[in-house]
Amino acid sequence: MTVFNKGVSRRSLMKGGVALTAGLAAPHFFTKGAYAYLNEPKGGSVTLGFNVPQSGAYADEGADELRAYQLAVKHINGEGDGGMLNTFTSKALKGNGILGKKVEYVTGDTQTKSDAARASAKRMIEKDGVVMVTGGSSSGVAIAVQSLCQEAGIIFMAGLTHSNDTTGKDRRANGFRHFFNAYQSGAALAPVLEANYGKDRKAYHLTADYTWGWTQEESIANATEALGWQTVNKVRTPLGAGDFSQYITPVLNSGADVLILNHYGKDMVNSLTQAVQFGLRDKQVNGKDFVIVVPLYSRLMAQGAGENVKGIFGSTNWHWSLSDEGSQAFVKSFGAEYGFPPSQAAHTCYVQTLLYADAAERAGTFAPCDLGKALEGFEFDGMGNGPTLYRADDHQCFKKVLVVKGKENPSSQFDLLEVVQEVPREQVTYDANIPQFAGSLGSCNNGA
Amino acid sequence: MAPTVSAIGGSARTDFIFMMLFAAAVLTAPFWASFIGAGYPDLLQKWAIYGLFAIGFNILFGLTGYLSFGHAAFLGIGSYAAVWSFKLLTMNVLPAIAFAILFSALFALAIGYISLRRTGIYFSILTLAFAQMSYNLAYSVLTPITNGETGLKVIPTDPRILEELAGVRNTAVAPTTSLFGVEMTGYPGFYFCAVILIIGFFIAMKIARSPFGTMLKAIKSNQTRMNYTGFNTRPYTLAAFVISGMYAGMAGALLASTDPLAGAERMQWTASGEVVLMTILGGAGTLLGPVLGAAVIKYFENIFSAFNEQVLNAMFSFLPEVLKEGAVAVAGLFVGEGWHLTLGVVFMLIVIFLPGGIMEGIRRVHKLFKRSDGSSRSGAAAESA
Repeated sequence: MTVFNKGVSRRSLMKGGVALTAGLAAPHFFTKGAYAYLNEPKGGSVTLGFNVPQSGAYADEGADELRAYQLAVKHINGEGDGGMLNTFTSKALKGNGILGKKVEYVTGDTQTKSDAARASAKRMIEKDGVVMVTGGSSSGVAIAVQSLCQEAGIIFMAGLTHSNDTTGKDRRANGFRHFFNAYQSGAALAPVLEANYGKDRKAYHLTADYTWGWTQEESIANATEALGWQTVNKVRTPLGAGDFSQYITPVLNSGADVLILNHYGKDMVNSLTQAVQFGLRDKQVNGKDFVIVVPLYSRLMAQGAGENVKGIFGSTNWHWSLSDEGSQAFVKSFGAEYGFPPSQAAHTCYVQTLLYADAAERAGTFAPCDLGKALEGFEFDGMGNGPTLYRADDHQCFKKVLVVKGKENPSSQFDLLEVVQEVPREQVTYDANIPQFAGSLGSCNNGA
Repeated sequence: MAPTVSAIGGSARTDFIFMMLFAAAVLTAPFWASFIGAGYPDLLQKWAIYGLFAIGFNILFGLTGYLSFGHAAFLGIGSYAAVWSFKLLTMNVLPAIAFAILFSALFALAIGYISLRRTGIYFSILTLAFAQMSYNLAYSVLTPITNGETGLKVIPTDPRILEELAGVRNTAVAPTTSLFGVEMTGYPGFYFCAVILIIGFFIAMKIARSPFGTMLKAIKSNQTRMNYTGFNTRPYTLAAFVISGMYAGMAGALLASTDPLAGAERMQWTASGEVVLMTILGGAGTLLGPVLGAAVIKYFENIFSAFNEQVLNAMFSFLPEVLKEGAVAVAGLFVGEGWHLTLGVVFMLIVIFLPGGIMEGIRRVHKLFKRSDGSSRSGAAAESA
C-alpha cells in the first residue's frame, strides 16, 4: 500500500471528500420534488411507455402492437378518424388528449427477454417519466414487467399475454389485462372439440416450456379430460427450438389420436409445419382421423404456417373479420393508416391504451391507485368484443372468446381464419380464486 | 517491488492519479451522464456492472490472449447463486455476492481445467460449447433450480433462514434487496455497483502490473517459447480463467442485486459475444478500454433503441418538410429496432481504422495533442492504461 501514501496530504484528502459528498448528493436534489405520485405530469403533455418485442421470436407481433399504440395515441389526441372512440360506450375522452394534456410516447425493445424488457421499462420510468407502461407478447416478459411496475408504482396495461399467471398467481394491483387467458381458451374450445371429434379421444401435448405453455397445457388438459378425453403424454419443448422433429416422431407411436400444440409465434409455425410434413394429419389411429389442435391462434401465425392451418381449430381474442361496429371502425382506421388489417395483438394493445386514457379521464388523475379504482369493475362495450367487464378481483377482462378454424378456401392473404363460434362471456367466466389462479393483488402503489 | 516504478507500464504515482481520476469519473457519473441522456439509475447500474464484467474478461483475453466465447455462463451462474442466496438466506446482498463468486469460481475451475488443454479457436469453441450447455441445461432439466424461461424470482414466502432467525422475515410484501437496510435499487444501487467496479478496477490494475500479470502477457506473446524454457504455463492460464470467471460471477450477482431476477437468457451465446465486443470495441489489453466499450454498447442498447419516429421528427424539425421526411426515413433505419445496425457499423469502423479500439483513438488524439503542444508531459494516464 506504499502507493497510496505517496503525495496525498490530509488537506487534499479532505477536499476530495467534500467534492465527493457533493457529487453523491447532487442527483438526489434533481430527483426529489413535490410529487403526489411517481412521474406526475406537470406540463402540457403526458408520456406513455410502449414496451414491445422489436427483435426475437415475437417480433412480428411486436411490430403490429406498436402500430396499434401509435394509432391509439393519434385518436386520443384528436387526430385521424377517431376509430373506436366513436363506438366506445364511455364518452369521457374528448379528443383533446388525456385530462387536457397531449399524449406523447416513448418506445422500447423487450427483445422477448425479461432482462432487456425490465431494463427498457426502467428507462421509461426513471428517465422518460412515463405514467404507464404497456406491452407484451411473451407472458414471461409481461409478468416480469408487471411486477417491476408494481414495485416502482406505475400502472402496467398488459398487451398480448395469455398465461393464466398474469392475472392468476402473479397478479398485481397495478397491472391490468384485457387479453383472454389459457383457462378461457380451454373453456371455449372444449364444447367445439367435443362436437367435432367426440368424447373418446387420446391427446398428446407438446408445450412451450415456460409460464404460458405450462398454464395452457394444464387448462386444456383439464377441459378435455372433463369431456372424457385421455391425456397420453405431455412433453415440454424449449422456447425457440426451431426443429421439432425429435418431439414429433414419438407422437406417431404413442397411440394418441389428437396432437395439441401449446406453441405460439414462430414455434407454432415450425411445429405445425413439421407435424404436417410427418404426415400426422393423413394418419388413422384407433379408427379415427388424426387431428391437430392449436389452442391459441393468431392471424400472423396462420400466415406463417400457410396451407397447414386449414381445418385446424383454435381460439383467439379477436379477429378483424368481426362485423360489429367497434371492430369495423378499428379495422377501417388501421387499414387506412397502414394498408392491411390489424392482428389480435394490435387490437388488444389499442383497446388497452384507450381504456387507460378513459380511466384517467374519469378518475380525474393519473395517480395509479385512483386510476386503478376507475378500471376495477368497469363495464363497457363497443370495443369489438361485445359487453366487457374489467373484474376487480383479479384485473382480468371478461368478454366473449372466439373459436376459429383455418379456412379451407382463403380469399386473400389475410383471410385465413374463419370464426366458428363466438363463445359467450358466461361460458368463459370463472371464480377468481380457483386453484389454477389463486393469487393476491396486494395493495396498489403510487410510487413517490 | 520498487515503490516508484511498478513492473510494467506507468509509475506508481501515475497509476495512483489514474485510479483517482477513474474513481472520480465513476462516482460523478449521475452528474455528467445526464448531459447525454444517460443519467438514470438503471443505465448507470448497467454501466458499472458490465464494466466489471468486461474488466474481468479482459484479464483473460487482454492479458493471455485466450478468447473465451462462453463467459456469459459465469454471469448466469453468479445470478442464480445470488438469487438462491436471496431466497434461502437473506435479502442482504453481501452473502449473495460471496456465493456468486464462490460458485462461478468452482465452475470456472472445472470448465477452465478442460478447455485450457487447447488453445486458439479450439479453446474458444470449447468454452462456447460449455456455455451453450449451461444455457440449455438451465432451460430444460435444471428447471427446478432455474425456473426455466420464466426466470428465478424472489417471492414473499421464501424461507430466508437468516431473516427468519432474526425474526424480521416478512411474508406479506415482496422483499427487496438491501445492504444492511439500504435498498439496492435506484441511486444507492448504482453507488454500490460503482464502488465494486472501482475495487475491481484496482485489483485488475494490480494484476496487470504484478509479476503474475507479466507472466500472462508473456503467454500471450509466445506461449510455445515459454514452454520450451521449461515453464508450465497451465497454472497461470487457469488462474487467469478462474479470476475472470469470478469477475463475471460478481457482475451476475450485482445484476441480481439491483433487480432480483435471474433468467437463462443471460447465459446465451449472444451475451457471451457481447462481452467480446465490449472488450474489442474499447481496446483489448488496456485497463480502461473494456469499461468504455461496455458503456458504449449499453448506451446504444438503451438509448438508440428508444429513438422512434416522433423523436426523429423533433430532431430534424429545423429542416424543410421534404428534406425532413427523407432525413427521418434514413435515420430511422439506424435507430429503434435498427440499433444493432448502428452498433455494427460503429464496430466495423473501429476495428478497421482503430484496431486497438477506443483506447487507440484516445492515444492517437493524445499524441497529436502532445506534438502540437511541443511539451513533453508524460500523460501516462492514457499511455499506461
